[in-house]
Amino acid sequence: MMRRPKIARSIHSGIRNLVLHRLRSLLTMLGMIFGVGSVVAMVSVGEGAGRQALEQIQMLGSNNIIVNSLQPIEEEAAGRSRSHMSLYGLTYADHRRITDTFAAIKRVVPVKLLRKEARFGEQTLEARVVGTTAEWFELVPRPLLGGRVLNERDQQRGASVVVLSETLARRLLALENPLGQMVKIGGSYFEVIGIIRSEAVQLGVMQTPDRQLDAYIPLNVVRERYGDIMVRRSAGSRVRERVELHQLIIQVDVIEQVESTASGLKEMLRRFHQAADYRIQVPLTLLRQAEATRRTFNVVLGAIAGISLLVGGIGIMNIMLANVTERTREIGIRRAIGAKRSQIMGQFLVETMVLSTTGGLLGILVGLAIPWLITRLTGLQTVVTPQSLVVSLGISMAVGLVFGLYPAHRAARLDPIEALRRE
Amino acid sequence: MVEIIRLEKIWKTYQRGRRQVNALGGVSLPIAAGSFWAVMGPSGSGKSTLLNLLGCLDRATSGCYLLNGVDVLRFSDEELSDLRLRHFGFIFQSFNLIPQLTVRENIDLPLYYSGGDAATTSARVASLAEAVGLAQQLEQRPAELSGGQQQRAAIARALANQPEILLADEPTGNLDSATSRQIMELLQRLNQRGKTIVLVTHDPQIAAYAHRRLFIRDGQIERIEGET
Ligand SMILES: Nc1ncnc2c1ncn2[C@@H]1O[C@H](COP(=O)(O)OP(=O)(O)OP(=O)(O)O)[C@@H](O)[C@H]1O
Ligand SMILES: [Mg+2]
Repeated sequence: MMRRPKIARSIHSGIRNLVLHRLRSLLTMLGMIFGVGSVVAMVSVGEGAGRQALEQIQMLGSNNIIVNSLQPIEEEAAGRSRSHMSLYGLTYADHRRITDTFAAIKRVVPVKLLRKEARFGEQTLEARVVGTTAEWFELVPRPLLGGRVLNERDQQRGASVVVLSETLARRLLALENPLGQMVKIGGSYFEVIGIIRSEAVQLGVMQTPDRQLDAYIPLNVVRERYGDIMVRRSAGSRVRERVELHQLIIQVDVIEQVESTASGLKEMLRRFHQAADYRIQVPLTLLRQAEATRRTFNVVLGAIAGISLLVGGIGIMNIMLANVTERTREIGIRRAIGAKRSQIMGQFLVETMVLSTTGGLLGILVGLAIPWLITRLTGLQTVVTPQSLVVSLGISMAVGLVFGLYPAHRAARLDPIEALRRE
Repeated sequence: MVEIIRLEKIWKTYQRGRRQVNALGGVSLPIAAGSFWAVMGPSGSGKSTLLNLLGCLDRATSGCYLLNGVDVLRFSDEELSDLRLRHFGFIFQSFNLIPQLTVRENIDLPLYYSGGDAATTSARVASLAEAVGLAQQLEQRPAELSGGQQQRAAIARALANQPEILLADEPTGNLDSATSRQIMELLQRLNQRGKTIVLVTHDPQIAAYAHRRLFIRDGQIERIEGET
């Protein structure tokens, strides 16, 4: 009961002072306002970008290792001649070897990719045929919009069934209810058993396994219908190539073993492949890189924040020193009445903190407005975390405390008689 | 008769460049509780210096200062602040109210520093304002008051913590003679109710209100007039 009114009165005095010199206070606080404002804004942009990257990488599956077949450069050159058949990429043998070798692996999903014409009635589209197993659908979560996904039995009985991506289904079948319809893909009929929403996102060099126009068919059925040899038109000539598997998606049991498994995998593939006809991609590495980038960003941010708060603090200190000089007589009066040095010190400290905290609060308003504008104008995701606001406010108060110390000390050291004599 | 203050061979020396200035040169003075003193003397004779020393606003270079029998010369800055807060009330020639505070806030400053709670403080301020005739002006700023009103507000402030001693340095110096008379009558009433008062003045008419007149010259007591 004794302590609180004192602080309240100093705060009141600080606010009165601030209002009394409105323009001067505002100019003084500008440093704080823009310092805190830019920090809050930048944190929210960084946080938004980070969260977006994280979501996308999780879409790739942070426990996954993706190995893609790659046409070696020599093969590409040789492929120009008519009679040549290009032979490269991952093999069924690779699939088996990987499954048998690594203990930390939960599942290996083989993928065969072909471009085929899909037809329904009059409508034709070029679709990507994905020959895979039931486990494809367990790799990353994708919403099932209707029907069911592929299962073990489809494989066992070599069923002519297909799961379509939402976009493909909508474009191909338009208004029809797609489930149960027969769709012609690459000359064979398939029954549509399910629709899924594809998570097709490009992430720099990596891409989620999904595409917009995907048709998922059991791998053994794809092999049986279309074989392993593909003919492709390239630069006016027909290129023949034989690729067994286009992709192997390896899911590791626990995230801690992703990187060791990846290096073991690299070792094994190098042993069995003469040419560099594959590429290993690890989303986790991407995640690590994203985190490293974010750390760097945070360091830069911290430096900018530090500098602007330093500038803001110096501005506040400057104005408080002027304030002490102007109010020398007041200090003398208070001392004559019986105020202790510590009480004068406390008063000026609190007044400085009122100034810096007000600046911080205004800065937070600016810091909230900027990300809102960024999101409105660019559609970029921004996230203002409550922590960043609390920390900003705390730092504003701390700036007041630190930069208020010297002026407050000057005020407290004044000789009362000298101070009273001052006009 | 109770001695509230006793000065013994008080020296106050200022360093002015190389030269030493003795503002007070061995002043010895007993002040009885409830007495009313006027300090007179030419400009620069050491009147204000004496008053500041009495009020523990300044420290003597040497000598002995007993306040209620306690030697306060070795007191720390903090202890001296506390003595000022509880035992002394200052009244100045230029009123020295804090301009950005209201009259109420000026008057309750000593209560604020002594840590009074809100209810007692506002009751005390009301009765002080009543006593000095400023009950209607509490929410105004000092600049809106006349000189006499300002000085009465200053007196109310000086009385807030019920100190035993009032110290006034030319309290009527900035006032016309009619207003001066009102202020002096107020001080006289306070003295009659037991306050010890020491006031510095150049004006013999003002000094006439006091019981005892102390004349100083060059930092030394020249003579003392009035009944004992
Ligand atoms: N801080 C100081 N530094 C140096 N000399 C001082 C200081 N304060 C007072 N003096 C000197 O001490 C002497 C006494 O000063 P003081 O203010 O007590 O005089 P005074 O009697 O109150 O005069 P006045 O009637 O003009 O107010 C003067 O010579 C003055 O110049
Ligand atoms: Mg003087």
